[in-house]
Amino acid sequence: MRAQIEQVGAQFIALTSSFAQGFWFSLQLLWAVPSALLRVREWMRQLYFAGVLSLLIVMVAGFFVGMVLALQGYNILVSFNATEIVGQMVSLSLLRELGPVVAALLFAGRAGSALTAELGLMKSTEQLSALEMMGLDPVKRIFAPRFIAVLLALPMLAMLFSVMGILGGYLVAVPGLSVDDGAFWAQIQASVSWDEDVINSMIKSLVFAVTIGLVALFQGVQAMPTAEGVSRATTNTVVHSSLLVLGLDFVLTALMFN
Amino acid sequence: MQATKKMEFWVGLMVLITLLATLFMALKVSNFGQMAGLQETNSYRVTAHFTDIGGLKPRAKVSMGGVVIGRVNHIQLDPTTFKAVVHIDMDSRFAHIPADSSASILTSGLLGDQYIGIEPGGDEESLRDGSVITFTQPAMVLEKLIGQFLVKLSEK
Amino acid sequence: MSEIMIDIQDLSFARGSRLIFDRVNLQIPRGKVTAIMGPSGTGKTTLLKLIAGQLTPTHGKVLVDGLDVHQLVRVDLFNLRKRMGMLFQSGALLTDLSVFDNIALPLREHTQLPEAAIRSLVLMKLEAVGLRGASELMPSELSGGMSRRVALARAVALDPQMIFYDEPFAGQDPIGMGVLVRLIRNLNDAMGLTSVVVTHDVDEVLTIADHAVVLSGGRVIMSGSVEALRASQDPWVHQFIYGEADGPVAFHYPAQDYKQQLLAGVQ
Repeated sequence: MRAQIEQVGAQFIALTSSFAQGFWFSLQLLWAVPSALLRVREWMRQLYFAGVLSLLIVMVAGFFVGMVLALQGYNILVSFNATEIVGQMVSLSLLRELGPVVAALLFAGRAGSALTAELGLMKSTEQLSALEMMGLDPVKRIFAPRFIAVLLALPMLAMLFSVMGILGGYLVAVPGLSVDDGAFWAQIQASVSWDEDVINSMIKSLVFAVTIGLVALFQGVQAMPTAEGVSRATTNTVVHSSLLVLGLDFVLTALMFN
Repeated sequence: MQATKKMEFWVGLMVLITLLATLFMALKVSNFGQMAGLQETNSYRVTAHFTDIGGLKPRAKVSMGGVVIGRVNHIQLDPTTFKAVVHIDMDSRFAHIPADSSASILTSGLLGDQYIGIEPGGDEESLRDGSVITFTQPAMVLEKLIGQFLVKLSEK
Repeated sequence: MSEIMIDIQDLSFARGSRLIFDRVNLQIPRGKVTAIMGPSGTGKTTLLKLIAGQLTPTHGKVLVDGLDVHQLVRVDLFNLRKRMGMLFQSGALLTDLSVFDNIALPLREHTQLPEAAIRSLVLMKLEAVGLRGASELMPSELSGGMSRRVALARAVALDPQMIFYDEPFAGQDPIGMGVLVRLIRNLNDAMGLTSVVVTHDVDEVLTIADHAVVLSGGRVIMSGSVEALRASQDPWVHQFIYGEADGPVAFHYPAQDYKQQLLAGVQ
């Protein structure tokens, strides 16, 4: 009995201390962001790794998701004789939920895990300690530019995901299932609101970007400096950030669209 | 150096297509274009009292003869008359709407959103900022209609 | 100027519940090469990190050139670190920068020198470690010994007053080892450095060290000149210096009685 209670206590202490460390790390990171913004060349490089390298997977995924949505939507709407609103259905689903969420999940798997692995490796090869020994702050030089790149990349990717999805939906609905071209776009325009749907979509993906960036970088510095530790941290990044994205999505949806 | 140039090219390309995508979102997908034409400064506010607004929501369109001439800004309940007070932003391009026009709450299609339809009256005076639309027709609520229909049916 | 560069007073450090250093007192003389030796897992690297202020002790203090490292504010600590160079075990070159840029990094960040001056300085440092020809290579293209020499050039880029070597000989072939041994001694004399070499490669380091410290079990076992160390009568030190398989550090890991354990399986 005593042993169990001790175990609960030890886990609680471990949990709170890792939360405290995460919080402290986040504060340091956010503090370093403004000055790191001036190092354009550095975060531009990271934008290439985080953004451009995720571009293809995100755009292709968006395209297919849009096509599937249109196909499924059409099959249901055809029984109400309301196939024109398939475009509205596709656009709203993509902008409000699927665009930000699926892009974030793909991004966590593609760029988030790569970031954690890179930092874990830098830690295990003592590159971070070496910077500190040179009197250089790794938070400013290494973490902040990567964080900035994540903040920029994900909203861009989510926007592209949604647009590719709408184009995919258009391709299935209009040439494929002969929905009327004019009615397709008219229904979309009548229902999609710029300041509610589009802006909220961007806000969502920005929140997800902050989440994934913090989780990936934190897991990277926390990784045990061994091959096993780095691989575990990489898995943690994908699992934790995916769960956080889905959980936060619920909260954001409740705040934005109720 | 070569590698840096290549990265810059790709990052630039990504930014460019994202801008194009955003433009597409603004012009082709969302109501951004229509919103630009209907700003707060170019509108005047009128109110209309309804006994029942059904499912009318803020930002619902207000139309006359099928043309959108304004939007619902917000909806309150008058604490004394217990009527719903709907505040409408009318586009100032449509400034000469007779003051005795009537407003009714309609539904677009069988399952669509509810909106306000304005029928023009014959008054010389026009609606102005702060005017009240007096002639209103409440929303048709399906349950009530069916109820009335059943009552009539049993009366026969 | 005091003869003592680094003065460690009553230092204790624990990781979790494991005590790594237990009230260690240690002085490192200025301008000399000091070897800190001890078996694996005695926290030799930890000691370097404590001196550099990357770790905070649980008790006691470290004075570097009269400054209490763990009482310094961040800016002062970073300034102190500019006077220290550290050679990490793996070299720790930044993998996304070329050899040239790795060495130029501390110069670019901490000085206002024009690019031409930085170029000359970097080439001079590379010449000193014999790798001027490798300046355009990426760290992934270097052998282990070469990346350690590049890291050494980077460690001395800012002309520090002291330099710490963390296991510089680990995993080196005899030639690489000979090169590093010579470099450590030559740099120390040419630049008037205070060098601290942490290692368990006793033979190599004792050929160049002026002063030696032996650590074990969280304590300083002995500290003195190399001659004194070689002549030490302490059985433990003797075993360590001459690399004998059995002695105070037993060959056998503690176990129950041999005969009993074998017989237990029979019954």
